[in-house]
Amino acid sequence: MQVTSSVREPLVTGGKTYKDVTHDVSRHVEGKPTIGWMLGLAVSIGALLLGGIAVGATVWEGIGMWGLNKTVGWAWDITNFVWWVGIGHAGTLISAVLLLFRQKWRTSINRAAEAMTIFAVICAAMFPVLHMGRPWLGAYWALPLPNVFGSLWVNFNSPLLWDVFAISTYFSVSLVFWYIGLIPDFATIRDRATGLRKTIYGALSFGWTGGAKIWMRYETVSLILAGLATPLVLSVHTIVSFDFATSVIPGWHTTIFPPYFVAGAIFSGFAMVLTLMLITRKLFKLEDYITMVHIELMNIVIIITGSIVGIAYITEFFIAWYSGVEAEQYAFINRAFGPYWWAYWSMMTCNVISPQLFWFKKIRTSLVFTFILSIVVNIGMWFERFVIIVTSLHRDYLPSSWAMFHPTWADMGVYLFTFGLFFTLFLLFAKFFPVINMAEVKSVLKSSSEKVNK
Amino acid sequence: MERDTNFVLGIYEDEDVLKDAVTKVRDSGVKIHEVFTPYPIHGLEDVLGYKRSRLPIAAFIFGVCGTGLALTMQLLMMAVDWPMIIGGKDHAAIPDFIPVTFELTVLLASFGMVGVFMVSSNLKPWGQPRIFDTRSTDDKHVMAIDLAVNAGLGEDKIKEVLQASGASEVNNKSFE
Repeated sequence: MQVTSSVREPLVTGGKTYKDVTHDVSRHVEGKPTIGWMLGLAVSIGALLLGGIAVGATVWEGIGMWGLNKTVGWAWDITNFVWWVGIGHAGTLISAVLLLFRQKWRTSINRAAEAMTIFAVICAAMFPVLHMGRPWLGAYWALPLPNVFGSLWVNFNSPLLWDVFAISTYFSVSLVFWYIGLIPDFATIRDRATGLRKTIYGALSFGWTGGAKIWMRYETVSLILAGLATPLVLSVHTIVSFDFATSVIPGWHTTIFPPYFVAGAIFSGFAMVLTLMLITRKLFKLEDYITMVHIELMNIVIIITGSIVGIAYITEFFIAWYSGVEAEQYAFINRAFGPYWWAYWSMMTCNVISPQLFWFKKIRTSLVFTFILSIVVNIGMWFERFVIIVTSLHRDYLPSSWAMFHPTWADMGVYLFTFGLFFTLFLLFAKFFPVINMAEVKSVLKSSSEKVNK
Repeated sequence: MERDTNFVLGIYEDEDVLKDAVTKVRDSGVKIHEVFTPYPIHGLEDVLGYKRSRLPIAAFIFGVCGTGLALTMQLLMMAVDWPMIIGGKDHAAIPDFIPVTFELTVLLASFGMVGVFMVSSNLKPWGQPRIFDTRSTDDKHVMAIDLAVNAGLGEDKIKEVLQASGASEVNNKSFE
């Protein structure tokens, strides 16, 4: 029998047995939807439809519907794209990196975090696709397909094309990783169900039996996928940062970008996981599975990545001064004290100062503070991308072409659309899929508590 | 192949009792058909005597294919089929091709390995699995013994071995 340290808190509290785990998670799939869930879905679908008008207008009229001008050619679209991709980093980080580091606490949160990743990447992909202007031709511009121009291929020297490959690979590998984990849990639901539900979950479970040989292969597949997904997750935001770093725009042309973007992505991703998990655990009464230990550990990740991001901001400023390049120095002074000073200082407050509050144990173990700060962090991370993109562009080399960016209703509507899409997908997931990885939680039940619950 | 579909099932409550039981049952000469568990149990494959999975090899081979495919594709397109001068770089600008090569390596390795896993484990949406005991996806570990394979031992002897090994229940199960 395995006995673990008595100083370490158990990962699952409340003396849960294997049967309790099955019951506590499956009952949400089997029961009638709650009023809260239906209200949430109604609001999300409302946002989706309302934002859909802006998406329709953008596709119909073209991206002239957005507030872009010839100086600020990238604004909310790329800000939102990078923001959503960043959020989409936590899921695979939790399931892959924490698996490699044998962090067993990941088991309660990996399923929902991975779902969040997949939905966030779908939302992110909306923006480059819409920015194409004619998305129906997008495949020719983004993929190496033979075409009528004598096969003029896509440009493999361009970071924008690397992004196409990075994000589509990340999306598909995350989806497969997530689905492989879902198969045993679908089988659990299948074996409890009758009638139509049995047929549907039977098909979703791919005929899973739980034989020891298949479990052995499942474990191997998980480990190798984790090994592949770890560099993948780091590569995605690295390549996103190349979109900026390989250009010659002052404020973008920075070698610090890859690690800085990756840290920022983990920072915002964990914050979004916390926002969603705090609501989910409350609504679905999963407090015994997503415990204070989980919340505290995630808050610690937020302190670390938030501090890395803070150091990156300061380093950028220092290097701009130290480089002696006037344009570079101006870009940074303009960020902090120019017309977009409010965006810069919002970013600094939300991302650098607010996560430092988590050094206090009282704050990082308080649900209310964690919830508020998790939202503050994501507001800050949105401003970070806005600051990098818009303030670097709006005052370029010729003062005669200096401009400001003003978002239009279409800019806001498309952003709203992605929120609607994200929450609609997440709510559907929360109702019809097991939100906690039952099989993996069962596997840590015994080794994580001294009392054996049979 | 003609198969008798009569099984004896030993139901176990605890993973450590189960691992111990697998050793005991195998030592007494009974051949185990398969053990079904609600979650992966480390070390169970060792006591069952399963060889290590070769899926990592599959992943590696697919990964190498991905690397080769990506480099070939990019070199053919950028340097052979329609060479263009982009930023004064070489047509065959290998460092620029690394990101896409990396992504396609990961993509093919993952999908190839998962595909092999699906096929080798017979996982498919229309699959009709033989479920020995529905509790094996909930809270019980189920050891299935095929009577036809253990014809020399006799059903009573097998049941005795299972009881002695710590099974909480011993049942019979037949499939059509």
